[in-house]
Amino acid sequence: MPVQERRIILKHIDQPGYTIDIDCYLKHGGYETLKKALKLPPAQIKDEVKKSQLRGRGGAGFSCGMKWGFIDPSKTQKPIYLICNADESDPGTFKDRQIIHKDPHQLLEGMIISCFANSVKLAYIYIRGEFPIGARILEKALAEARAKNFLGKNILGSGYDLEIYVHRGAGAYICGEETGLIESLEGKRPYPRIKPPYFPAVLGLYMAPTIVNNVETLCNVLHVVEMGSEAFAKIGRPNNTGTRILCVSGDVNKPGYHEFECGVITMGELINDICGGIRNGNKLKAVIPGGSSAKVLRAESKFKMKQKGPDGNMTEKEIGLLDIPLDFDSLAAVGSMAGSGGIIVMDHTRDMVESMANLSEFYAHESCGQCTPCREGSLWMKKILTRMTHGKARKEDTALLKNVADNIAGRTICAFGEACAWPVQGFIANFKEEFEAKATKR
Amino acid sequence: MSAQVDPEFEKQVDEVISHYPASKRSASLPLLHLWQEKYGYVSEEGIHWIAEKLGLQPVNILELVTFYPMFRQKPIGRHHIRVCRTLSCSLNGAYDVFEHFKKITGATGDEHGPITSPDGKFTVEFVECLASCGTAPVVMLGDELHEKVTIKSAEQIIQSCH
Repeated sequence: MPVQERRIILKHIDQPGYTIDIDCYLKHGGYETLKKALKLPPAQIKDEVKKSQLRGRGGAGFSCGMKWGFIDPSKTQKPIYLICNADESDPGTFKDRQIIHKDPHQLLEGMIISCFANSVKLAYIYIRGEFPIGARILEKALAEARAKNFLGKNILGSGYDLEIYVHRGAGAYICGEETGLIESLEGKRPYPRIKPPYFPAVLGLYMAPTIVNNVETLCNVLHVVEMGSEAFAKIGRPNNTGTRILCVSGDVNKPGYHEFECGVITMGELINDICGGIRNGNKLKAVIPGGSSAKVLRAESKFKMKQKGPDGNMTEKEIGLLDIPLDFDSLAAVGSMAGSGGIIVMDHTRDMVESMANLSEFYAHESCGQCTPCREGSLWMKKILTRMTHGKARKEDTALLKNVADNIAGRTICAFGEACAWPVQGFIANFKEEFEAKATKR
Repeated sequence: MSAQVDPEFEKQVDEVISHYPASKRSASLPLLHLWQEKYGYVSEEGIHWIAEKLGLQPVNILELVTFYPMFRQKPIGRHHIRVCRTLSCSLNGAYDVFEHFKKITGATGDEHGPITSPDGKFTVEFVECLASCGTAPVVMLGDELHEKVTIKSAEQIIQSCH
């Protein structure tokens, strides 16, 4: 029997008759958790989130409790800001789109609770410019929440004031990087800031302490408070708690988004049992497991996975691509990452150099241009890959391409440097023969 | 060289500015969106008007217009067709769909930016990941998302434009 979905965040999404109106949300128990939360001391909610071991769903998988823990409202004279990062644009990822378009109040409730827990009085939802309908849906949901006093002054008589506004981006991927996002929200070009000293928790929006959380993370906060940290931590695996929305696209029969407990489903079960296998009767060739910057994995590769046995001793097991459990730690252990949950599947008919060339065009287009290695490197990688796919590859191009990538990663202000280098390194490491063959076929 | 705008537009602008009590400069992007939605593109006049409204130098606004891909300094066609180019869409035929849109609208060019048909009716543009990879290839017609677009449905999309 295939692994069953565990729909917590997607619970009502795509249910017949479920609408985005606040009345529908209220009928399904909406804003009850907010009422409960407003009666708790904010520090207790922060503690619950910490105990839940919730990790950020935006890409890095950083502990949400720890992120919040960097900010102590009693020790700052400045206002504290919270920004919901709704700049979803990592190729392969389309989960936040579902939440925003189909259940906006779930996000708002999670966000209001998160703001209350962190003594935030003003918060923004930074939504990518290409979601104009999503922005309007959120605006309407905010107006509805305001009318019911879930937002505004003295929320439900608690004495707590909060305002949330929607802020639209304008087509730049780099705004998903949290310090780039903050610069953009300040009305500037979104050049990421250097850390240290510009950690958002210390010198964030308007140089004040700022929390930036992903859409799915904020929804999870709602469920942590609703069910309690203990119950939440039982979902999934230790250090990989809760559920994860996995987005599958590419060469499968049934692409789509599914929510599972972290780590309970393997890559093979997801691709074959849930997504109907590889289409057209083709064979699996490669998978990008966590958004386009995650290193690609080859179908026939074997991975060494360290596992803690029942006796507490670490054992090493050799597993195939299809056996990898889909959680943060397992995907990191095989040399890639769970990232934003976007899984792109490619079948045996695909030319890996073409696929890499496609992604390199994305990165060259989206590099903000601030750091030389990334600005120049991303463009040169695209140029080299373009000539490779146009029958003009030179013998030394594969090594040159890898050299460029190796000299970007680790040499830039933000992680976009790694994001554009890792795919090139991963594709060459796994499919070197295809890259080299381009030179002989010219 | 301040432009004359209608009072209704200015009211909208003032409302947006009130969302940023700590710094008016934050309203730059929202104001550019409002201007472009109303006038179709961001003219030099618009850049000066927004800068003045926010107490900034025109270059502070111009540098945003030249950086953010969604802002444009020239008018585009009446119907804006954005075709997602990135991997999942390309695996599902986005390049064919893009070429077909160019062919049936008469737009020619290869640039990674807006390409307008000679009659000014359509602008076709290749854009990066639109975050709907599960229903690839996707296309935006104006604000509206079209999913699993084929050569046939591309033609229906064009026919729906008046």
